[in-house]
Amino acid sequence: MSALYRVGFQTILFKEIRRFMLIAVQTILPPAMTTILYFIIFGQLIGERLGDMAGFRYVDFIVPGLILMAVISNSYANTVSSVYGSKFQRYIEELLISPLPNWLILAGFVGGGVARGVIVGIVVTGVALFFSDIQIYSYSITFAVFILTAILFSLAGFINAVYANTFDDIAIIPTFVLTPLTYLGGVFYSINLLPEFWQQVSLANPVLYMVNAFRYGLLGVSDISLSTAFGIIFAFTVALATYSLYLLHKGVGIKS
Amino acid sequence: MHALHIRQLSKQYLNGPRALEHIDLTIEAGDFFALLGPNGAGKSTLIGIISSLLNKSGGSVEIFGHSLDQAPQAAKSLLGLVPQEFNFNVFEPVLAIVVNQAGYYGIPRRHALIRAEAVLKQLHLWDKRHNQARNLSGGMKRRLMIARALVHEPRLLILDEPTAGVDIEIRRSMWDFLRTINQQGTTIILTTHYLEEAENLCRHIAIINQGRIVECAPMADLLGQLTQETLVLNTATALNQIPELNNFSLQKITSHSLEVTVSRHQGLSALFAGLKQAGIEVVSLRNKQNRLEQLMLDRVQQQMPEVAT
Ligand SMILES: Nc1ncnc2c1ncn2[C@@H]1O[C@H](COP(=O)(O)OP(=O)(O)OP(=O)(O)O)[C@@H](O)[C@H]1O
Ligand SMILES: [Mg+2]
Repeated sequence: MSALYRVGFQTILFKEIRRFMLIAVQTILPPAMTTILYFIIFGQLIGERLGDMAGFRYVDFIVPGLILMAVISNSYANTVSSVYGSKFQRYIEELLISPLPNWLILAGFVGGGVARGVIVGIVVTGVALFFSDIQIYSYSITFAVFILTAILFSLAGFINAVYANTFDDIAIIPTFVLTPLTYLGGVFYSINLLPEFWQQVSLANPVLYMVNAFRYGLLGVSDISLSTAFGIIFAFTVALATYSLYLLHKGVGIKS
Repeated sequence: MHALHIRQLSKQYLNGPRALEHIDLTIEAGDFFALLGPNGAGKSTLIGIISSLLNKSGGSVEIFGHSLDQAPQAAKSLLGLVPQEFNFNVFEPVLAIVVNQAGYYGIPRRHALIRAEAVLKQLHLWDKRHNQARNLSGGMKRRLMIARALVHEPRLLILDEPTAGVDIEIRRSMWDFLRTINQQGTTIILTTHYLEEAENLCRHIAIINQGRIVECAPMADLLGQLTQETLVLNTATALNQIPELNNFSLQKITSHSLEVTVSRHQGLSALFAGLKQAGIEVVSLRNKQNRLEQLMLDRVQQQMPEVAT
């Protein structure tokens, strides 16, 4: 039984990693490129004139958000395109017919999303260290937020793929939901700069909690209390994982 | 021991037809079983539910005594499927497809490579192992799906039209192959529209029509039920006129061939004697249609609702 789980999980995970590594030009290089542009424009050109934010040079302040933004979009993109592809070409049936339980299939896909998030995160961090000058405040918090965020958005990508019926359906959510949420999630500013009303609105954005918890890990500052942030990230992760398992169990979007 | 035991299985597609109506079906271990029926009868739907690719609307499925609902892991690990439609990642190399499938059954990679090599060689695909699946021909893709279904050595193998679009030579080698693994103990369920294939290979047969099993019996019993056969006779010389023979109704088809329907009790000797008397020499004969074909048409037609006129 344990051999089934171990080998089955490894097989899915390695297949997922192989998939995005073979197309690294589409998966790993673009986030590195965008991050370089962000640093040049916001960090250097504009940031130089902005002065400090929350006690840090602007270029240093945006590092955590930029890394997390890359992790979010890549973890999401990996599961959404992989799961949708396997539905579209029907090779998800190779998994459905196998004795692997649903939770393990989900774990395999999420593992692939996390792996891409981690690799992209490391690449982007490398770029960031070139432009900025930060000392990591807490490795354990940084690592925990990083992994939880990758898991959370891999799950979100999975759910998107399950419901998707066309390639449009897997482009709509990233463009119209994910990108606004990350841009408005305090990547580029401290919400303390916002009027009271918009501060409150921002608190409804889950990405805000991740960006701030991650910023705390890297810089030691956050707009949100750490326990609130972790509580919210954790709750979202559990909720999405439960929902994903429910969808797999029912076969929504996968089994007629 | 039952390889497959199905009770009261029903399927209602959402916004679609009722594809299965309370199907009961039991298949013994070691059998070679044909599941026949016209397009849209429900064969693939039945197979889809057995393979956990479709949700059922009611009923139960057991594979070698393991319930798909209560003991899915045990049940699923004993099953191999060759689906009707291609369902592999066309961008993946042949070897990776087979080895990964083994991984989904918990077979460690080193071991999986050995098994994959064996099945790919058996199905004459070893030379193609590094090709992307999309670069295979149609017949090779089918064989790839057979290799993939066998890599975990299932005790029950289900093939949904495995020989559709496969050339004669490969079809024959596939038949030999399936016979061999059946003799080695694998229970096989096969759907096909080539009835001579079912007749050659299978020991039991079920005919399904409009979601119901309308016939389920040993092949020999079914063929024994045939009361008449239509033969086509080729003659040595051109036929001027059709001879009148008692009890036999003859029909001229071409200048050198005749068609005749013979009941089982009539026997062929009387026919040939009569023809000889009429000066007609028969050089060869064949069945007009496959023997199963008539039977199938009968069973399926009995079921057809009356067409309003
Ligand atoms: N995904 C689906 N959604 C809705 N209806 C479906 C679906 N798949 C099959 N059907 C319907 O169910 C019925 C049975 O189809 P099925 O594919 O089981 O037939 P079949 O016996 O395999 O036929 P064939 O010999 O053509 O492969 C048909 O009326 C078909 O239109
Ligand atoms: Mg079919």
